[in-house]
Amino acid sequence: MNNSGLDFKNFEETRPGHTSRGRLERILRRGEFAVTAELNPPDSADPNEVFKRGAIFDGWVDGINATDGSGANCHMSSVGICALLTRRGYAPIMQISCRDRNRIAIQGDVLGAAAMGVSNILCLTGDGVESGDQPGAKPVFDLDCMSLLETIRVMRDEGRFLSGREITYRPHLFLGAAINPFAPPYDFRPLRLAKKIEAGAQFVQSQYCFDIPMLKEYMNRVTDMGLHEKCFILIGVGPLASARAARWIRTNVPGIHIPDAVIARIEGARDQRQESKKICIEIMQQIKEMPGVSGVHVMAYRQEELVSEVVHESGVLQGRKVAVGTELG
Amino acid sequence: MKNKAARPTSYVPAGASHVRRTGSRYTLRRWSVRHAGFLEKVYRFFAEIFLKLHWLWSLIGYARVERPIVFVEKAVKGFMFDCRMCGQCTLSETGMSCPMNCPKGLRNGPCGGVRADGNCEIEPDMPCVWVEAWKGSRLMQAGDNIRAVQEPVDFSLRGTSAWLRVTAAKAAERDAAAPAAKEREG
Repeated sequence: MNNSGLDFKNFEETRPGHTSRGRLERILRRGEFAVTAELNPPDSADPNEVFKRGAIFDGWVDGINATDGSGANCHMSSVGICALLTRRGYAPIMQISCRDRNRIAIQGDVLGAAAMGVSNILCLTGDGVESGDQPGAKPVFDLDCMSLLETIRVMRDEGRFLSGREITYRPHLFLGAAINPFAPPYDFRPLRLAKKIEAGAQFVQSQYCFDIPMLKEYMNRVTDMGLHEKCFILIGVGPLASARAARWIRTNVPGIHIPDAVIARIEGARDQRQESKKICIEIMQQIKEMPGVSGVHVMAYRQEELVSEVVHESGVLQGRKVAVGTELG
Repeated sequence: MKNKAARPTSYVPAGASHVRRTGSRYTLRRWSVRHAGFLEKVYRFFAEIFLKLHWLWSLIGYARVERPIVFVEKAVKGFMFDCRMCGQCTLSETGMSCPMNCPKGLRNGPCGGVRADGNCEIEPDMPCVWVEAWKGSRLMQAGDNIRAVQEPVDFSLRGTSAWLRVTAAKAAERDAAAPAAKEREG
């Protein structure tokens, strides 16, 4: 209790075994299959653009990823989007990339975001400046995703900055990282996940999955190592717009693996958009049945309206237990 | 993409590509990775000699030998590993493939953008330093050190000698463990 009459202890409470007060952590720890989606950040200073884009996901997702200059292109900042989303009661996942800010700026942003009600942070290295719209920019990369995870974990668990200086009120955060099982060196990928978990990752979201056998192989090794018990694994999915778009993505966006069979199937269909949506739904259903997987991360760039459709039609949310009493909110 | 065309003039000076090393062959760097096991032994041998010479470094003063040693270290490691003199060498943990050559400066493993052929997403002609690191680590006795989480780089140490720093730290460790030995030396 303090002079204002507010009981700050209540604000401080997190559920036993939880490190954040967020919806995503509650859903995952309850053993539900979680759905997250990526918000396409506006090139605008209008808050309504963010609210509109958030509303598309309303009721269909457990977390909304706010990207941090993805593809090294300039958009509204992730910290700004998150501030707006928390005002409307959404559960944002703030992405932090190491490309644009050094350790001083990032630690400050973490405190600021947590103060505004952000409960989830996704730690990324970030794309190179060369791939974006401003290739002449200075790449920072002061930290990498691993040391970023560790830095924020220490801020949360030990209440101090990287320098050792004390933080008076610790940020309550659920920490995430990214994985890509579909890029070489394949043997090292599960070990890299183990490293990320050691550094502080509690959940991971993967790159787009279009190759179920390849994912199975990766997940087999991950479950053998017991990593799925230490960390919630969400697999990235998304509908492609057309066969042409798929080819373009495959050659121009590094790290995305699309098998020829998938492209051929889309190409052979009368309605390519419909067919790729169907493929996405099938992949989601197979992922839900895969041991060790805790959810999907839907990335539907510039076709965000499809997110609710694929989530609904795939039925991945079916069978979710209704939260009762204190579980609400 | 669009902005690239919108540069003030169409003149681009030679070598001013954001993809800095297009066309390089990376021959020596790749040789070092292929012989990571051998280089590990060589490094251990020299580290031992450096430690034995601790008395000499202390006599001259570590600060005074810094510059000549940096000169040699830069030449040797620059030649063999394309070393960037970060001052905190992790070659032993990264399969003798220098992580500072990664355009993102990753010290803890490959990013998600590695191309299917194992090359870098940013510099398409360069083999990913972490694909190389993984290969090299498999040839080394202490190769499993690649699993250890590396701390962020201390940029204030850039340009200093990692060899001397490691030697001084080891010497301090040794002297702390055996105070008697210290007395004899002192």
